[in-house]
Amino acid sequence: MKVSVAGENSFIIYFAEQASKNVSLQVQQACVLLKESLGSVLIDLVPSYASLLVIYNPMQTDGFHVRHIINSSLSNLSDANENSGKVVTLPVYYSAESGADLVDLAKRANLTTDEVIDIHQQGEYLVYAIGFAPGFAYLGEVDERIAAPRLSSPRLKVPKGAVAIADRQTAIYPAESPGGWNLIGSCPIAMFDPKANPTMPVEVGDIVKFKAIDREQYLALGGEL
Amino acid sequence: MSNIAKASSNIGMVVEKPGMLSLIQDLGRYGQHNIGLTTGGPLDPHAFKMANKLLQNNLNDSAIELTVGGLELTSQVNTTICVTGAVIDFTVNGEKMPQWQCIAIKQGDLISFGFATSGLRVYIAVKGGFNIEPTFGSTSTVTREGIGGINGTKIEQGQLLSCTPQKQIPHFKASQIPSYDSVVKLRVILGYQQDAFSQVQKHQFFSSEYTVSESFDRMGYRLEGPVIKPNVDGILSEGICLGAIQVPANGQPIVLMNDRQTIGGYPKIGSVFSLDLAKLAQCGQGAKILFEQITIEDAHNLLHLEQANIELNAIEPIEKLLS
Repeated sequence: MKVSVAGENSFIIYFAEQASKNVSLQVQQACVLLKESLGSVLIDLVPSYASLLVIYNPMQTDGFHVRHIINSSLSNLSDANENSGKVVTLPVYYSAESGADLVDLAKRANLTTDEVIDIHQQGEYLVYAIGFAPGFAYLGEVDERIAAPRLSSPRLKVPKGAVAIADRQTAIYPAESPGGWNLIGSCPIAMFDPKANPTMPVEVGDIVKFKAIDREQYLALGGEL
Repeated sequence: MSNIAKASSNIGMVVEKPGMLSLIQDLGRYGQHNIGLTTGGPLDPHAFKMANKLLQNNLNDSAIELTVGGLELTSQVNTTICVTGAVIDFTVNGEKMPQWQCIAIKQGDLISFGFATSGLRVYIAVKGGFNIEPTFGSTSTVTREGIGGINGTKIEQGQLLSCTPQKQIPHFKASQIPSYDSVVKLRVILGYQQDAFSQVQKHQFFSSEYTVSESFDRMGYRLEGPVIKPNVDGILSEGICLGAIQVPANGQPIVLMNDRQTIGGYPKIGSVFSLDLAKLAQCGQGAKILFEQITIEDAHNLLHLEQANIELNAIEPIEKLLS
């Protein structure tokens, strides 16, 4: 575990170099412990794949104190046990018209677009983190053959529902937003609805599978092009 | 030495009806027991202080303690009053007014008090306090001693209670008003993936001038300038704090603002100090941006100073005519 400064009121705790199910469960465990030990000094926590951002109130305490509490309360994180997430299957219309980077990604991977779609569909993805935007679930890990680096300059507009890949992560954009991931398709299911209960079809620890649908099915499910 | 105090100017509020017992009070007369003087002062100091506090007066400023009620005043000045203490009906020109609230008063207004319905002591404070000359260090009226207030007596019909017309409205001094420059230096706390930026890259970053690009909003400010390169392209997506400076592969820094995404995967060299983000947020396209490194301890000191400035020092009334 490594604790680094992030900003004037935040530390970021790195639990491992790589994401794994085990690390993900450690992050969740650390959230529970730090909420307890930091109490009113804590402003917010942002859990992710292998890290946890801890935001504190610098008007109440200083960095030395917070670092001390982090180190002492996380000194014996237990090795994580089973996760009990549900399995959620989400439909995706994979195509060049619904995924602007599908063709490029296939070309760079030396695969056909159908092969990219097959490989993406075969995966079982753990929900590692939720963030970036409301309802944005970070899923991993993508097969190395279709892993692709982020765009060198993020797009100003990625459409709602876009299914995308960045390195070995995949995700569905829950709403139109800026973003730098490679778009390969689109999912017609709402990933975030503030009025629904639950607000999201998935939560951290769940397993997501993707199922290819065609254009007609996509439109019938409310998908937009 | 005269123990008779006088009003210090000849404009203020005229007493139409003195009420049951109306006395000028400040917080009391101290250090005079050796010559036999008592302290006087408001019987309900909390209510007294709150009236002055709301008007941003000194807590010791002179105000009226009205017992039971019946006072009527005509104001010769534009000012503000606050009435606290016992629950009492009071009106301005016949219109019922609330207590524990500042009330604007215009020249010629008639302020009338009924009778207390809960509690006994009503406090009537005026912006800047009533101008009463202190006697033995205090304006508190002690009628038994004939000391304080106006001539050492309770307030009487026809008296003038001097107060200064309010040409003042709360206002900041020129030195307190920030200037919104189009050249801004942002202080940075190094952090996150700072180790992924070489000394040369860091030096480049801290010695170059950047420009706000056309892409800037409440989420982030994209800057343009000399390219800086971390030795990693992307990272595992992680939590982003306020002010984080992410550097995508094109080497052009993006400063993340209040509406930033909570998680992201671009390398970050550190974070802009929050008070400087306000300066950046006042900038638009084309503004020149410079970066300077500070420690987290310096950042905390500056945050505390800012807090102290806001709490202790913020309001400095200067002369300005009320319309």
